[in-house]
Amino acid sequence: MAKITLKKLSHSYLANQNNDSDWALRGVDIDWKDGGAYALLGPSGCGKTTLLNIISGLLKPTEGEILFDDKDVTTLNPVERDIAQIFQFPVIYDTMTVYDNLAFPLKNRGLSDIEIDSKVKEIAEMLELSSTLNNRASGLTADGKQKISLGRGLVRSDVNVIMFDEPLTVIDPHLKWVLRSKLKELHQKINRTMIYVTHDQIEALTFADQVVVMHEGQIVQTGTPVELFEKPKHTFVGHFIGSPGMNILPCEIKNGQINFEGKVLPTNTRIKKTNFSKTQVGIRPEFINFSNDGIQVKIKRVSDTGRHKVVDTECKSGNIKVLASASTEIPTGSAHISFDQKYTYAYGDNWIIE
Amino acid sequence: MNKTFNQKAWYFVIPVFVLVAFNAAVPLMTVVNYSFQETFGSNVFAWEGTRWFKEILHSERFHASLGRQAIFTFIILLIQLPLGIFIALTMPKKGWGVPVCLILMSMPLLIPWNVVGAMWNIFALPDIGFLGNSLNSIGFDYNFTQQSGDAWFTTVLMDVWHWTSLVVLLSYAGLNSIQPAYYQAAEIDGASRWDIFRYIELPKMKKVLTLAILLRFMDSFMIYTEPFVLTGGGPGNATNFLSLDLVKMALGQFDLGPAAAMSLIYFLIVLLICWIFYSLMMKNEART
Repeated sequence: MAKITLKKLSHSYLANQNNDSDWALRGVDIDWKDGGAYALLGPSGCGKTTLLNIISGLLKPTEGEILFDDKDVTTLNPVERDIAQIFQFPVIYDTMTVYDNLAFPLKNRGLSDIEIDSKVKEIAEMLELSSTLNNRASGLTADGKQKISLGRGLVRSDVNVIMFDEPLTVIDPHLKWVLRSKLKELHQKINRTMIYVTHDQIEALTFADQVVVMHEGQIVQTGTPVELFEKPKHTFVGHFIGSPGMNILPCEIKNGQINFEGKVLPTNTRIKKTNFSKTQVGIRPEFINFSNDGIQVKIKRVSDTGRHKVVDTECKSGNIKVLASASTEIPTGSAHISFDQKYTYAYGDNWIIE
Repeated sequence: MNKTFNQKAWYFVIPVFVLVAFNAAVPLMTVVNYSFQETFGSNVFAWEGTRWFKEILHSERFHASLGRQAIFTFIILLIQLPLGIFIALTMPKKGWGVPVCLILMSMPLLIPWNVVGAMWNIFALPDIGFLGNSLNSIGFDYNFTQQSGDAWFTTVLMDVWHWTSLVVLLSYAGLNSIQPAYYQAAEIDGASRWDIFRYIELPKMKKVLTLAILLRFMDSFMIYTEPFVLTGGGPGNATNFLSLDLVKMALGQFDLGPAAAMSLIYFLIVLLICWIFYSLMMKNEART
């Protein structure tokens, strides 16, 4: 077990880098506590798998260093780093039995047969694989195979960190739920650092204590699920987390105030800096109410999801989505909306102004 | 339910029937026909029953050529499979080396078989051939036209040169279809290079290797053109393989009855071995 520190990590798959887009990772700094559950969240191609492979040692970073418990491991290989990684597709050794699959990483490390036997049985018990231990691994279903992959990672008690690279992609939806709770349960039981990579916000938010949101090779925000929801530090986080995502509209910043649609929008954050090439205001659909005065909008469409209504409205600056409870009476034609000032943020060049 | 009965669709199948009849069924049945009769030409036939089959099965000549054939096939499988897999493993996976290797590997497969025989005949001639001459000049007493060991050596070498590429290409395709995650997982599990080969690469190549073994078995067991041009079965009968012997019997001696019986036995042996082999290789597949 170890705490993980990443310092100014950058990686490029190209030999020469001319501009920002040549980098898969740009200046990543991370401090992860020992025994925490972390998620790396971002769309495909944001660099999360690259980052994971760098932490595990499958890739050498172009720049920067990786420390496990303050020890530099940048040049070490995965075996020397003592990590476990579970991949998107179940990786099993077809010709081996389930038992041999689980025992394989231990055998390679020269453990005695008695030790191996007790560990394999313990893990099999935990993952509910005990009844299939003597079956050939290739005969199992996709989720059974993924459990084996998981088991091979968990069977070693000495690992510094266990990493998951979108491990539930090939699993049926109802089993996803089961395996995810299993993972959460395992984390509490064995208390090892776990890093979970996913593009699915629900997976990330339910699994992790701390979610790291990545966008175009950079970390845009690290925080608890609640922080990411209530105070997105970057417009991307606003868009990406939440369904529907945050409303982000162009605005002007004058004298430390947000001017939007000819009105001053009250906000709890103090705006000091103003020299941005692009300024925007962000508000989540959950924090908008219909009111008697405020911003005038045209109601375009109401979609009833059962639990609540998603109202598409339009003002001069663009479209605004409003989330109203199912019982709310939605006005027709034109209406006025007001923003909850506690959750109204100004963004300069996509980053929050505060 | 109103079903219209219309048998006209059968007309669409007729061309296939005709084709199969002319290229497989009719020739095969002709052979069957010959195998039970004695003929003196001019379409005069006399019924002989199973006499030719009994004769062939008890003939020492047949036993000898079958034995030579079995040894030859066994040797070339033993060399070509490991060698093919080994070459495939060492071939580059990306970059400019890939097309270069693939083209080099395909070359022997593109050469007409009789040309392969002729090439190796000239290449191995003890006086003027590059191989034969070189071997003699460094002190080996090499002459494939007169010494049976040398004839075998040359025939095997020619076949290895001609056909190992097939195993290489099949194995290479099998290797390339392995997801990188398998190698990464093995690296993390601390697997050795041998473990990776034994537990990942070999099982994943199983299907293409089954195909490679079947193809190489059939082709080598029925080899004719190359040894016909290279050694003509000689010296003596040293490299007189089954198909060469069969042709000698049918066209050289014009013993059509025994030759037909031998063809059928030959055909059944190939079929039987392929079936046994395929069933064995696929046994585990069915269980999972």
